[in-house]
Amino acid sequence: MTDNTIIRFNSVTKKYDNDPPVLKNVSFEIERGKFYTLLGPSGCGKTTILRLIAGFTEPSEGDIYFNGRVINNVPANKRQVNTVFQDYALFPHLNVFENIAFGLKIKKMKKADIERKVKEALRFVNLEGYENREIKEMSGGQRQRVAIARAIVNEPEVILLDEPLSALDLKLRTEMQYELRELQRNLGITFIFVTHDQEEALAMSDEIFVLNNGKIEQSGTPTDIYDEPINRFVADFIGESNIVPGTMIKDYQVQFAGKLFECVDGGFEPNEDVEIVIRPEDLAITAPADGKLNVKVDSQLFRGVHYEISCYDSDGNEWLVHSTKKATVGDQIGLYFDPEAIHVMRHGETEEEFDKRLEAYEEGSYEN
Amino acid sequence: MRTNSRNFYLIPYVLWIALFVVTPLLLVLYYSFFDIEGHFTLENYRKFFTPVYLKMTLSSFWYAFLITLFSLLIAYPTAYLLTKTKHKQLWLLLIILPSWINLLLKAYAFLGIFGTYGAANSFLEALGIGGRQILFTDFSFIFVSVYIFLPFMILPIFNSLDELNPTLLDASNDLGGSSWVTFKRVIFPLTLDGVKAGCQIVFIPALSLFMLTRLIAGNRVITLGTAIEQHFLVTQDWGMGSTIAVFLIIAMVFIMVLTGRRKRGIL
Ligand SMILES: Nc1ncnc2c1ncn2[C@@H]1O[C@H](COP(=O)(O)OP(=O)(O)O)[C@@H](O)[C@H]1O
Ligand SMILES: [Mg+2]
Repeated sequence: MTDNTIIRFNSVTKKYDNDPPVLKNVSFEIERGKFYTLLGPSGCGKTTILRLIAGFTEPSEGDIYFNGRVINNVPANKRQVNTVFQDYALFPHLNVFENIAFGLKIKKMKKADIERKVKEALRFVNLEGYENREIKEMSGGQRQRVAIARAIVNEPEVILLDEPLSALDLKLRTEMQYELRELQRNLGITFIFVTHDQEEALAMSDEIFVLNNGKIEQSGTPTDIYDEPINRFVADFIGESNIVPGTMIKDYQVQFAGKLFECVDGGFEPNEDVEIVIRPEDLAITAPADGKLNVKVDSQLFRGVHYEISCYDSDGNEWLVHSTKKATVGDQIGLYFDPEAIHVMRHGETEEEFDKRLEAYEEGSYEN
Repeated sequence: MRTNSRNFYLIPYVLWIALFVVTPLLLVLYYSFFDIEGHFTLENYRKFFTPVYLKMTLSSFWYAFLITLFSLLIAYPTAYLLTKTKHKQLWLLLIILPSWINLLLKAYAFLGIFGTYGAANSFLEALGIGGRQILFTDFSFIFVSVYIFLPFMILPIFNSLDELNPTLLDASNDLGGSSWVTFKRVIFPLTLDGVKAGCQIVFIPALSLFMLTRLIAGNRVITLGTAIEQHFLVTQDWGMGSTIAVFLIIAMVFIMVLTGRRKRGIL
């Protein structure tokens, strides 16, 4: 734990009544001033984690630390955290100004100060001049900005955002992704952002926690998680991937689809059964003779930026290819990829074991 | 063609309103201009502004106000607790059930309970406080009235509390609001429509209560309702009775407007 840690979960478990636990032994650390994303499918416990941090609910087991102090029983209104709710939860009987000023009024701040701060917050979210609007007169995107303004105006140490963009249309969502990221940089406040959209997570975060079924499957920077998914779930959830069974003959040599390939992974048992991940965009279409793999084109979809081409090799493995070039359905084509494009996953490896192995063989490769 | 057939369906409704709402109102207004001998006069209106009737009006409003106030004080927390229970619809039904029983039956039941040898006095004796006159007091009148009106107050408040988005309470809490602040600034304002509806449903009939004033309050409480009854059934002065009714109707309209729904951003 560094001094920069602001929130720490120590083996937190959350149960409701006699149901199976919603969160199982979750531990993680949040550092000051970064943009974090909790990413996972619906029902995996993302909102529960936010509610635990905000103080709307208490952990069944384990401790939550805030600035080094256990805050398990500190009520929500005494925490230096503000939330942007999934449905915004703006007060319908108050106008924009009154909504944003809500927290400041509770703090008994002077009227002039409140007015100045609300104006400033509105400017931050590009809603200058909207003070006297009623909430029902605002569009979805505007409401969302009001909700953000209502949170940032209190200058909390951490802002929690529960799928704040999921209700917006695609264009507005992309726009808000930029704006949110920019806002976080300008304010320097820690953001904990929840989403089930992997592209959103990759685009915005300093650090991502991939959650599944009440557990953190993997945490790391977007590139870490994209390039080195720890298991099938993460690989599948973060973007499209080709996952095929293989055998690790020895370090830096792997066998799959009936062939031997050079790769950059190591630290396995000899002849260990593994899973191979190759991203569709790392596969290039070549003439059959030039390819490392020989596949038959099965179907093709135009996705705008690229074609999504589905192929099968002679072993029956499906290979998804993203290519700007068009293929012909039924053709035999070659697929080329670099050794770096092959990512090898060990069965049932935990994040700690994965990190340890990575360290070990990286050290080894430096010695060579 | 279509508007015609729609108008056709409206006929029974219009007939009903005309026969049972508009005609009686006009009749009341008409009778208020005649004295007991059947001569046209404005005397009734002058009489209404004499101390006797003004005091009666004031007393009506005062008791209706007390009944509404106590109903509200009991109904709000009750409705709030109801929304927190597991089987809230069942509990609600149990609370509403007594309102289906005839008012007079309930009044007679209270005559028994509050009587000199009734359950209430036995209970007080057992506590060692000693029996006392309960019936024919302000207390018994207000107690029984509140008991009778309570379900009508609970229902609209329960509905508005039940519709309240619980995330709003989290939001208030999140922004630093204590439970009290959350109640004052979020829960109460957002359930105000329910409170107003409840007050309207209780206050207006409470203004013209008359059977209870006789049975439970022993005619010690004279309200406008009692006065109307007396004029029509006892003194046969329909003119004066109608005049009081006219003022009562004006008061009711006034209250309806006053507690009318305020339209503001409720989603
Ligand atoms: N108050 C509650 N009582 C019982 N179960 C709950 C409650 N809140 C959430 N859950 C359960 O916890 C699980 C995780 O919920 P949540 O954290 O909201 O998931 P997410 O936000 O990732 O979609 C779900 O299976 C949900 O049914
Ligand atoms: Mg959620």
